[in-house]
Amino acid sequence: MKQNHRRTIRFKLNGRPAITEIATHETLLEVLRRDFSLFGGRESCGQGLCGCCTAIVDGIAVSGCLYLAAFVDGAEVTTVEGLASGGKLHPIQESFIANCGFQCGFCTPGFILMTKELLERHPQPTTDEIRHYLSGNLCRCAAYPDIVRAVKAAAGEHNR
Amino acid sequence: MAKIIEPPPKTERQAPPTRQVKRSVRRLESKSKVDGSAEYIHNLTLPGMLYGKIARSSIPHGKILSIDPGAALALEGVYAVITGDDIRRLIPDPYYGPAFHDQPILALDKVRYAGEPVAVALAKDPHVAEEAADLIAVEYEPLEAVFDEVQAAKPGAPIIHDVLKPATTFPDLKHLQGRSGTNVALSAHVRRGDLAQAFKESDYVFEQTFRNGKVIHAPLEPYVTVGEMAGPDGLTIHTASQSPSFVRSELSRLLGWPENRVRVRTAFLGGGFGGKLYIKLEALVAACTLLVRKPVRIALTMEEQFYTITKHGATVRLKTGVRKDGRIVAREVEVWWNGGAYADIGPRVTQKSGLTSSGPYDIENISIESHAVYTNEPPAGALRGFGISQVVWAYESQADVMARALNIDPIDFRRRNILREGRPHATGMPMTDIDIDAILDRLAERMEWNRPFDRGSATTRRGRGIAIGIKSCVAPTTSVAMVNIYGDGSCGICSSTVDMGQGSDTAMAQIAAEILGISTESIRVVHPDTDVTPYDMATLGSRSTYHMGNAVRRAAEDARAQLLRMAATVLKTGEGDLECRDGVIAAHSGARVTFHDLMVARFAMQAGNIIGIGSFIPPYEKPDHETGQSRQITPFWMLGGAGAEIEVDTETGRIHVVKLVNVGDAGSPINPDIVERQLIGAGTMQFGFTVFEEMIFNEGQVVNASFADYKIPGMLDVPDQLSGEMVEVPHRQGPFGAKGVGETGMFCVSPAIGNALYDAVEVRITEMPLTPERVLRALRRAQNRPLGSD
Repeated sequence: MKQNHRRTIRFKLNGRPAITEIATHETLLEVLRRDFSLFGGRESCGQGLCGCCTAIVDGIAVSGCLYLAAFVDGAEVTTVEGLASGGKLHPIQESFIANCGFQCGFCTPGFILMTKELLERHPQPTTDEIRHYLSGNLCRCAAYPDIVRAVKAAAGEHNR
Repeated sequence: MAKIIEPPPKTERQAPPTRQVKRSVRRLESKSKVDGSAEYIHNLTLPGMLYGKIARSSIPHGKILSIDPGAALALEGVYAVITGDDIRRLIPDPYYGPAFHDQPILALDKVRYAGEPVAVALAKDPHVAEEAADLIAVEYEPLEAVFDEVQAAKPGAPIIHDVLKPATTFPDLKHLQGRSGTNVALSAHVRRGDLAQAFKESDYVFEQTFRNGKVIHAPLEPYVTVGEMAGPDGLTIHTASQSPSFVRSELSRLLGWPENRVRVRTAFLGGGFGGKLYIKLEALVAACTLLVRKPVRIALTMEEQFYTITKHGATVRLKTGVRKDGRIVAREVEVWWNGGAYADIGPRVTQKSGLTSSGPYDIENISIESHAVYTNEPPAGALRGFGISQVVWAYESQADVMARALNIDPIDFRRRNILREGRPHATGMPMTDIDIDAILDRLAERMEWNRPFDRGSATTRRGRGIAIGIKSCVAPTTSVAMVNIYGDGSCGICSSTVDMGQGSDTAMAQIAAEILGISTESIRVVHPDTDVTPYDMATLGSRSTYHMGNAVRRAAEDARAQLLRMAATVLKTGEGDLECRDGVIAAHSGARVTFHDLMVARFAMQAGNIIGIGSFIPPYEKPDHETGQSRQITPFWMLGGAGAEIEVDTETGRIHVVKLVNVGDAGSPINPDIVERQLIGAGTMQFGFTVFEEMIFNEGQVVNASFADYKIPGMLDVPDQLSGEMVEVPHRQGPFGAKGVGETGMFCVSPAIGNALYDAVEVRITEMPLTPERVLRALRRAQNRPLGSD
């Protein structure tokens, strides 16, 4: 345990400047939860296989449970809490509600962030593209058909 | 179209249907689930809290010779190491469990499975606690272990518990007290008719044995519990639990405290599926908290879920006598449940799923023997269906075998044998509020059963299969609810039903809203907190909509009666002249008063409460110990059916499910959209259990305890076409005719796929899951060119 290896990181978090002190072995996920009370990212499988811990770093979705916090020094980080603006939910969030794209909701922020990345790169994805893009996100309640519909509906909204 | 049966006259007064029930209201908590703000215990940390990490047994069976915490305690930042002996000083008899008090909070003297908690390291930093747990040195003297449930039940098997310790609170378990020299914790029996004679008179007798491997719940929110002192002599437990009321009573029993000193609260669960029932981490966290008198949090990793609770592996032997005309006249069932090292709720799985293991069939002569067996594997408990999918796998695979042997269409074969309204179930209870024909009708329609079917080509063979299944809802159980009208007229529901994704908050709000004539969306559901919300047996077994739904209905009726009395005074009219609708109380004359104005009139300002109370316990008759017979074994029957259309790659053995139809009897659904999604979700879960999920053991060690090696269904895995279909058979005592349905989608998926496999390639596999390897080996054996190791 290298308790003494600590450092200060500065980054942009959901559009605002952020600063905190971390240990070098700490992950982005635990720092977001502990120091910023951002609980939308969650640790489930702990191996980067389920997508519950997804955060977006410089426009790329990463597994927050594996991504070291030290690496976001100077970067731009977006979490699910950063999607709404002006008190209005992001169209993807609205679409997940309208299409019942969740049950227990534990995996939902990860799906929403991954959908955001998907639609930025493929604004009009086919069902196959959606399934492949989101195949790294797991939902034990198995809301998959609803999630696909939510993504499609959000894509329609995205292109307006 | 749903087939509607007119319910018989209502036995209790119910409001005329309006817009609140039978409406697909969106989940009340929707916004919080998409913006990340939904509350889970997973998110909870407390000031000054210690993180606990568990050191686990490395062998499946052995005596503990020594535990040396020295190296762990020497690590900078470690606060304490707790062992079983420390806990014994606090709790003299630290064994817990819902049916048997057999599970130690931390291993005492011996370990009974690989992965069993042996010690806990506590530290302010979770990484330090983790490293310290690895440094705790434990020495064992290995004992011979047994893993197979049939072997473990035989005389001469290594004995896992010296003496059986049934919970003395259950009269039906008393006879087991003190029994020794056996791994069979309990055997349940059902006997009806003259079996021997019936087999003699049968034209054909089929006898087969079917097996299920072990799988796990894998809720994405791992098990987590946080404890804190509540003053000098109280304890608060925050826990991701499906059974807060049970946790409180069990902790009170362990500590020798009155229940009012233990507070147990929960939040939304990130999935449960039966895993988060009874005691999981709560007793350990309670003990650690009391020993160090600081807040303690223990959260498991996904790997540790595999060492905590599993679904039962099971071996099912079925012998069935059939007449030439396709009528089943005799059935003998023997089930061995692999309960692992501790009973958890296994004995109840053994009884409850045992009693329906002859299937949804009208059979005059039946014998069922169902055995709960200890083995040196992780404990097995309830998993969405409570053992039903294991027995349905057996009896519906055999139904297919028999139908084919008799050259009868599988749907027709079932029609010749199913239970119908009024006929006695194997336990003797006359069937009520069921319509299995409607389920078969729907399956035939959605599967386009009577249309020509494409059988595929050389290496891609296509097939289809169906199955039906039955479950009795757990009994007898109690639910209590409060409906609270606040000073401003707004409404809250206090219920200990846990919303773990099944949408219970929304359903309960719909029921109360219907009675009170207000909008569902305006109601706030208070989450379980044993200091605040009344008793509920647990959120399990598809019981909440029916039991808590009825309790909430009665509580809302009680609140409404009080409101109407107040309104009668204010509006100077009779109560009979008034009704609650559109958020007000209205008289036929057109005069109206809001809830808010009523409260102001009653309490002279915006103040006070109107509290409605409702409690519900359905009638029940304990089954006869020897014969399992009872006139009222269950409050309602759950019926389901599934149809699968598959493609089999004969070169790889891979099954591709093209279409999966899951039909469930939902009674009269409170929220149709949520019910359909429960059927689809359960169907997908059981699909995973059918085609790839399996815990792999090597000498008692789980070798695939991670999502890297234990796959759960992802988007690319699920069937191309997936549907959840309701059949509506209103239940006369259900709230607004509703039945529970959370498990129904699990029942029939496996045999539907297994039967489709036979239809495609004429290979019958009797052991789950149907992995490509298992299918390919079976195919090659059938072709007389077995694979190398066969």
